[in-house]
Amino acid sequence: MSVTTLPSRRTLQRQPGWLVRLFDYKPFLITVCLAPAIGLLAVFLTYPLGLGVWLAFTDTTIGRRGVFVGFENFQYLLSDPLWWNAVFYSIVYTGIATFGKFALGFWLALLLNNHFPFKSLLRAIVLLPWIVPTVLSALAFWWIYDPQFSIISYLLVDVLHIRTHNIDFLGTPWPARFSLIAANIWRGIPFVAISLLAGLQTISPSLYEAAMLDGATAWQRFRYITFPMMLPILAIVMTFSIIFTFTDFQLVYAITRGGPVNSTHLLATLAFQRGIAGGELGEGAAIAVSMIPFLVFATLFSYFGLARRKWQQGESND
Amino acid sequence: MTDAVAQSNVASATPDTMAWDSRARRVMMIYLPLSCFVLILLFPFYWMAITSFKPNAELLNYKEHNPFWITSPTIDHIRHLLFNTAYPRWLKTTMFVAVGSTFLSLFASTLAAYAIERLRFRGSPYVGLGIYLAYLVPPSILFIPLATVVVQFGLFDSPLALILVYPTFLVPFCTWLLIGYFKSIPYELEECALVDGATRLQILWRITLPLAVPGLISAGIFSFTLSWNEFIYALAFIQSSANKTVPVAILTELVSGDVYQWGALMAGSLLGSLPVAVFYSLFVDYYVSSLTGAVKE
Repeated sequence: MSVTTLPSRRTLQRQPGWLVRLFDYKPFLITVCLAPAIGLLAVFLTYPLGLGVWLAFTDTTIGRRGVFVGFENFQYLLSDPLWWNAVFYSIVYTGIATFGKFALGFWLALLLNNHFPFKSLLRAIVLLPWIVPTVLSALAFWWIYDPQFSIISYLLVDVLHIRTHNIDFLGTPWPARFSLIAANIWRGIPFVAISLLAGLQTISPSLYEAAMLDGATAWQRFRYITFPMMLPILAIVMTFSIIFTFTDFQLVYAITRGGPVNSTHLLATLAFQRGIAGGELGEGAAIAVSMIPFLVFATLFSYFGLARRKWQQGESND
Repeated sequence: MTDAVAQSNVASATPDTMAWDSRARRVMMIYLPLSCFVLILLFPFYWMAITSFKPNAELLNYKEHNPFWITSPTIDHIRHLLFNTAYPRWLKTTMFVAVGSTFLSLFASTLAAYAIERLRFRGSPYVGLGIYLAYLVPPSILFIPLATVVVQFGLFDSPLALILVYPTFLVPFCTWLLIGYFKSIPYELEECALVDGATRLQILWRITLPLAVPGLISAGIFSFTLSWNEFIYALAFIQSSANKTVPVAILTELVSGDVYQWGALMAGSLLGSLPVAVFYSLFVDYYVSSLTGAVKE
């Protein structure tokens, strides 16, 4: 429609081709720019998420389309001791591992926030457990926890003479559970420490100066300045940590595969065992879906329990 | 007076840092715990490395050999891994998948971040939030339905499936990171170019992208390490030994029977960790600063 008015302008300005002009049309450009990302996420994330919820209400198995069975899968899970066991261990695993990661990670962040030589090199080294593929470091832990040749047993029995027998780390339920939690904490410390270190560096030194002038002790400075200032970042990092610890898969699959006697199954490994290895897609999907309420609850808890920005910034500042 | 000087003056004035014991105190409070942390965080790698080069005789005999040291190092385990197993093939597949999904994710998330941050439109903050929320959907919930989707597309047992699926967790992360990065580039530069008659694509290609290279590099490193690390999708979607990625292959192909070949297993873990560790050490400054930057957002 505007073609008739264009010639006069064409003489003034070199006119780019129609394709270039199309890309200057903002709605078109926005659509083109967003299409790859939204397309990928829609096909491989949103659709499967919906499909997963649908599968949870069917009796689909590998190679056979299922029919809608309502809440049957969930009713079955509620009567399944293995599912309850996985719920129990998922909560224990997430609770203890998150606590350990944050206590030790916060401590490490406070240590790294001091001035000493080779600081950046040390920060780089400290991140290693987080960089290296989880399964590969999990294998190292598997070897460290070996019933016969564990280096920890060697230290305790042959070097320190504290114990007389090797520890059967992965052969009995509770030691196996704690062995996995220890490996998870080891892997999680670097991320927590580096994220919290970033938060520590945003705290203005003038706050500490003022506190020191008022005669605050080191503990008081931590309690009344560092900790409250860190709450928003703690909230975000902890929310992430809880989500990914609760839905962890690799570590358990690599070290115990849920054993001994299914005592270390997390919901994710149980879902894999039933859904992919066992072929019961519907039931596996139901186990995966049953993680969602826990995740929502844990997220809300960690986020709103810690993120008190308003309170922290003062009432006048919204 | 600068802040630092002021702070040190105040610090030296407080009674709890009196001169005579401050050095011992510093060792006890900082260096000692820090050394413990470093020791524990690095020990599994040391153990992995030392096991890779230990002959079996030393590996399984703690009575006559000190387990913390090697007296006669051997490369038998690594040779076995490289020549008697499909390990080189697995490495190649993993590299192919990681590079492919990294480029796909960078392409998609650069455009998305540019649209959200620079082509401001109604609802752009919501699109940004939506993409970000996608990161909070863990793979453990998705792998079962995704397996059926992959089968429907005829991509089961194909590395291509992984290249297409990994962006689901890479795109949210990279987009989030790049939005922050684009924000730090002055908008005036683009306005000037717009006034000079540059097209939007020219602006993106000639001005914004070159300035965003450090951001793109850190997003690339994140994507590469995350794809190299990924396990559950690779375990669920890949069947044949040849198409497996390193983490899955080591666990499912090298662990056989009741007698574990610890030397070869640890050598495989070490070799599988090296590309990521090397790649990461080259760009560690970008990495740490972008991580800290992303958290500050």
